[in-house]
Amino acid sequence: MTLTAPTPTPDPPASGGQPAAAHSSRLTAAHVGRLPMLAAMLAAVGGTALVFVVTPLAGTAEFVLVSLMLAVVAGTALSWRVEGRRRAVDRLATTAATACLLAALTPLVGVIGYTVYRGAARLSLSFLTHSMAGVGPLDAGGGVYHGIIGTLEQVLIASLLSVPLGLLVAIYITEYGHGRLATAIRFFVDVMTGIPSIVAGLFVFAFWVLELHRGFSGLAAALSLSILMLPVVVRSSEEMIKLVPGSLREASYALGVPRWRTILSIVLPTASTGITTGVMLAVARVTGETAPLLLTAFGNDFLHLNPLRGGQSALPLLVFQQAGSAYDVAIARAWAGALTLITIVVLLYVAARMLTRRNTLARR
Amino acid sequence: MTALTSPPREPTSPRRAAVRRGDRVFRGLTLAAGVFTLIVLAAIAIFLIVKALPALRADTKGFLTTREWLPDASPSVFGIAALAFGTLLSSALALVIAVPIAIGVALYTTDYAPRRIATVLGYVTDMLAAVPSVIYGLWGLYFLIPHLVPVQSFLARTFGWIPLFADPDNRTSVASRSIFAAAVVLAVMILPIISAISREVLAQVPTTSREAALALGATRWEMIRTAVLPPSRPGLISAVMLGLGRALGETIAVALVLAASFDVNWRVLTPGGNSIAANIATKFGESGNTGREALIASGLVLFAITLIVNLAARAVIYRSGAMERSAAV
Repeated sequence: MTLTAPTPTPDPPASGGQPAAAHSSRLTAAHVGRLPMLAAMLAAVGGTALVFVVTPLAGTAEFVLVSLMLAVVAGTALSWRVEGRRRAVDRLATTAATACLLAALTPLVGVIGYTVYRGAARLSLSFLTHSMAGVGPLDAGGGVYHGIIGTLEQVLIASLLSVPLGLLVAIYITEYGHGRLATAIRFFVDVMTGIPSIVAGLFVFAFWVLELHRGFSGLAAALSLSILMLPVVVRSSEEMIKLVPGSLREASYALGVPRWRTILSIVLPTASTGITTGVMLAVARVTGETAPLLLTAFGNDFLHLNPLRGGQSALPLLVFQQAGSAYDVAIARAWAGALTLITIVVLLYVAARMLTRRNTLARR
Repeated sequence: MTALTSPPREPTSPRRAAVRRGDRVFRGLTLAAGVFTLIVLAAIAIFLIVKALPALRADTKGFLTTREWLPDASPSVFGIAALAFGTLLSSALALVIAVPIAIGVALYTTDYAPRRIATVLGYVTDMLAAVPSVIYGLWGLYFLIPHLVPVQSFLARTFGWIPLFADPDNRTSVASRSIFAAAVVLAVMILPIISAISREVLAQVPTTSREAALALGATRWEMIRTAVLPPSRPGLISAVMLGLGRALGETIAVALVLAASFDVNWRVLTPGGNSIAANIATKFGESGNTGREALIASGLVLFAITLIVNLAARAVIYRSGAMERSAAV
């Protein structure tokens, strides 16, 4: 990208179709440095101050907002006057893109910051090592131990189900499938990524709980999570397998190694770092899933180790249930649980990214 | 590539036959896995339909036009009208807020930021897509809604003449669990997804196109407008539609932000509103058999809507061929 980035104030065509603009822009390069812009910004802040004195507007946030708006207007006007319309629009677009970035990052960073702020107030070792057994609605005690164990079991089972299956599907799509069936599978795997998580939960409820009468359980939760994981695993593995150079496969064939062994012992190991990254991202995503668990794991105040039978709790489920309460002690628990959850997810994410870095190095 | 990598044909020998068998078995295994995913997808549709039918038969009013949700009462009365309305309105509003910002962020990372900063920004936005929805819901309920009061009362005062922002009973001066608040939370949630896909789409535009535009004397914005955006259009449209799909199906955040109500409320700033997904989450625990089947019926509608949106988005991508499929989605 550095190649394409133009210099801060590139010269427009010196004598193109716009003689007037060309004249003023020759002035530009030489004379419009930082100072006039800074003056425009200062004028905007001063103007805002004046506006705030004479109108009923008040407040720090409003002041910053209004002066920013005025500064953009003033800057654009100055640029238009001195550099011409095209340069002014260009500057405005740059400002708009930067503003979009700030507008996006503020709430996103705010979510994490506020969770840490509220969660840290309640989080403690005993919160992580106690369940909600015997904790009344107004009691301040209790913790998420049972939820952490439940989430670990459910995500582990979901991974055991969806990772091998997803890998096989990815191998079929990349190595074997060429016809209409392979295209259909690719297409519907893509479509599957868009299934709302609550629908996956409803399906497992309809199939596993209602049709097969298996009841709510950690396994049912794992089934719904694996439906959500499967397309993510397939797609990331597919991408990685595609990146394995054909010459490696050919070298293996030349040694007389059959195709399936080539795939298992050459292609997959080569792609393994990337595949692991994809799996970890998928795990990070389903770890925070709440909606399907409501309909499949159902929840439980006690530590329930058996995933095959009986309602089981999970960390996100617990956060949701505590958050809906009217009592402050429960809401404090919800925030602490949220902080625990976000920590797990972010750690998974960072670990996955660090693997990616190793991956690119290995490939170079 | 496929032509190059096919293994050579071999004359038949006992060892070769074993090799062939191994290949056949493994190929069969992968094929079975592929077909199995198709079966799962079909099973989702089939089981939702089968389990929804009893409730739909028990319903004494039109399912698509009724607003109430009392499936366990006798006679059973429930319908999807208010829920579908809330789902569509909140998602549409979320798109209006999120799309310009998301595409702006994507443009910033591909065309404005230095490469190193762009990479970091990419990681940050991708990571924010992984923040669990229950946390967005918590944040929306306990932080955003109280802090949204000045914004919503400003909107009501200034644009109250637009029916959407009307507030005749002056209910926006206190914290309100409104469609608007839900839409803001949804917008924050779908922003990373839309901008991640848009970023990949924009990065597909060859560097040479960009350089050619700059060499002709275009400013950076003119370069974006003439060389970057036009070829990216199909990809950007599908990015927006995939974001829409996410917003439509989002459950937990909406369930936390909105207080369940069953009215068709156009006034987005005033309390009220609900969505199909959120209703499933809030009503499931307290429902009886018919109630749960009714929720499955509403889930079927949600499934159909998101399926259509996703199919359309994928069709745009596949048709244009403008974007290689990426793992970011």
